[in-house]
Amino acid sequence: MTNQYRFTRRRLGQAALAGAAALGAPLPLRHALAQSGPADLKVALLLPTSGAQAQIGQACKRGADLANAVFADMKMPVKLDIVNYDTETKPDVARTQAEKAIEAGAHVLVGAFDSGQTIAIAQVAEQRGIPLIVNIAAAPQITEQGYKFVVRNFPTAPMLIGGAFALHKEIFKASGVTPKTAVLMSINDTFGTAMIGGIKAMFPKLDMPYQLVDIISYDPAAKDLSIEVAKAKATKADMLMPVCRLNDAKLMIQELVKQRWEPMAVMNPGSPGLYEQDFLKTMGKYGEFHISNVPWLDPKSAMTQSLEKQHAAKFARDQLDLNGGFTFEAMLIAAQAWLAAKSTKPDALMAALRGLKVDQHVMVGGPIQFDAKGQNVNIVAAAVQNLKRKPTVVMPKASAAAELVFPEPGWNDKRRT
Amino acid sequence: MTSDFLLSLAQAITKGLLTGMVYGLMALGLSVIFGVMRVVNFAHGEMMIVGMYLAWAGSEYLQVSPMLSLPLIAAVFFVAGYALQRGMISPFIGRPEHQQFLLLLGIALVLVNVCLAVVGPDSHGVQLDSQFDSYEVGPLVLDAVRLHAAIAAVVIAGLLWLFFTHTRIGKSIRAAADNNMGALVVGLNVKRLYAITFGVGAACVGAAGALMITIIPVTPFLAAEYTLLAFVIVIVGGLGSMTGALLGGLLIGVSEAVAGLLVDPSLKSMFSFGLLILVLLLRPQGLLGKRGT
Repeated sequence: MTNQYRFTRRRLGQAALAGAAALGAPLPLRHALAQSGPADLKVALLLPTSGAQAQIGQACKRGADLANAVFADMKMPVKLDIVNYDTETKPDVARTQAEKAIEAGAHVLVGAFDSGQTIAIAQVAEQRGIPLIVNIAAAPQITEQGYKFVVRNFPTAPMLIGGAFALHKEIFKASGVTPKTAVLMSINDTFGTAMIGGIKAMFPKLDMPYQLVDIISYDPAAKDLSIEVAKAKATKADMLMPVCRLNDAKLMIQELVKQRWEPMAVMNPGSPGLYEQDFLKTMGKYGEFHISNVPWLDPKSAMTQSLEKQHAAKFARDQLDLNGGFTFEAMLIAAQAWLAAKSTKPDALMAALRGLKVDQHVMVGGPIQFDAKGQNVNIVAAAVQNLKRKPTVVMPKASAAAELVFPEPGWNDKRRT
Repeated sequence: MTSDFLLSLAQAITKGLLTGMVYGLMALGLSVIFGVMRVVNFAHGEMMIVGMYLAWAGSEYLQVSPMLSLPLIAAVFFVAGYALQRGMISPFIGRPEHQQFLLLLGIALVLVNVCLAVVGPDSHGVQLDSQFDSYEVGPLVLDAVRLHAAIAAVVIAGLLWLFFTHTRIGKSIRAAADNNMGALVVGLNVKRLYAITFGVGAACVGAAGALMITIIPVTPFLAAEYTLLAFVIVIVGGLGSMTGALLGGLLIGVSEAVAGLLVDPSLKSMFSFGLLILVLLLRPQGLLGKRGT
């Protein structure tokens, strides 16, 4: 009986044959899967899901979480392997996480909402030769440094400013009310500094109907904006233009109410903060009627409708905004590039990204296409006003979902409920 | 100068005074502990954020306003401070200063990492009914939340003064601080007095934390900032002087607010450090400190 289990050369040969057959059998299947769009493009999603920008980072992540479901809904033969990395709202952590993601085999990097963190990641992507698709970050230098592995599907600060100021004029024309003066309050991080620089350079050339009376900058980690708001109030400007993030947007409006300053409008020149879900939730009636001039989701696109449907089903309590929209689009760009490249090699993916033209996507604007610098220049801004606790497109008229309210009602006006 | 500018200046000074009172209360704990035990509490900012987190948790999970949970938080901090002093700090009194420094730095690291592990790195703030309220006093507009916090800070500082000047234990603590040997000779239990002092100092920090959470949200990373701020305040006011700590708090609060208005808000912290350097150069013992402390 014992001979039956003896390990012989013949048995070794049989075992090797069986093993090779077991391993080799699925090869044609795997090959076929690869041809039809396999599930092995590894996308590293780098976002600030903790720290000061955590809520926005998580809003971005929700857009990425729905990517595969929307692709399936839209009958796209592709599925991404998305791996999440937390940048903790710190550029140094963003850099380390990008390196970690590349070590772990990421084929494409996506991120990182904030310009400072994105610049840190872009340097790593460039050094290591791995494509980076920027979901959100407006600092112009990201696509001005001749990087070969970086593309950005988000407007630069000058694009944001140009689009926003054009909308300002449309709003004044539509309402028949024009402020005479405005004060700019801006965060002094990479994004804010780029915006201030852009506004200073572009404002004199844009022939705006109001005078910019002061620019007040403040620390991103500011825990109190009472002095900043007092200084802005002292200018007696008709309009407040905030370039802010979420937490400072809340502090700013809180101080406006406390200091009983009622400008004609709180209208940003292209910045986050005012349309964020947490802002609308915590500010209540004081969060109403402020206007953000930013790129927004196109409600008429079939893909947006699919994304909204999936979002409502999976994240019923959360709002789908431009953070989720642009992060979803970053995933869409990665998927389309992979389908075009039929390879996960960085050079092939970059070549595909450069030649990409995505007609069906979710944000307002023309097809997603990158210029020689890697910048999508077809993005268009919309005026989004907070109405009934929801950011609502009010301009341009063609896309408006509600009537514009301008000037905005005072803090104790009955229209604020 | 225009009347608008003067009004803005008056507004900034008022705001600085209100914030400075809470700063002063925070620094009071550090000053009391050093003044009596000659131990520098390097875990001060970390204790402060623990107080802020407790007040936040009370508001978030039990719907208790930080102002109402303040006495309980102060009591918990008193007991914890007493136990910490008896269990860990007492053996280090009289030892070289670097050993005390390492011990308290270790405690600080443990506290901040426990906060990170339990609550995470995100910021947490409380939603108050008075969040958007303000009071008009003549032409001045006073922030309701800051005013309430400042009044509470003044009341607590007053109670502390009464404790040290009108109670037997308070007088004994002052006696031990003035002459340790004399206190031992007359039979005072100095070890117990030191533990009570640390408990009182910790209670001040806990109370300041409960007040501070009404003004700003908390993250674990704020701890180092608060430790530094408390040091700046007590050094400006005079290390070991209770009145000095309050004065230092007011000076730092006002200097930051006025600098923010006159120069640039993002440069306001530079002025508190400028004030510190000036005091160190001209009066190293602090404005109300005694020589040799």
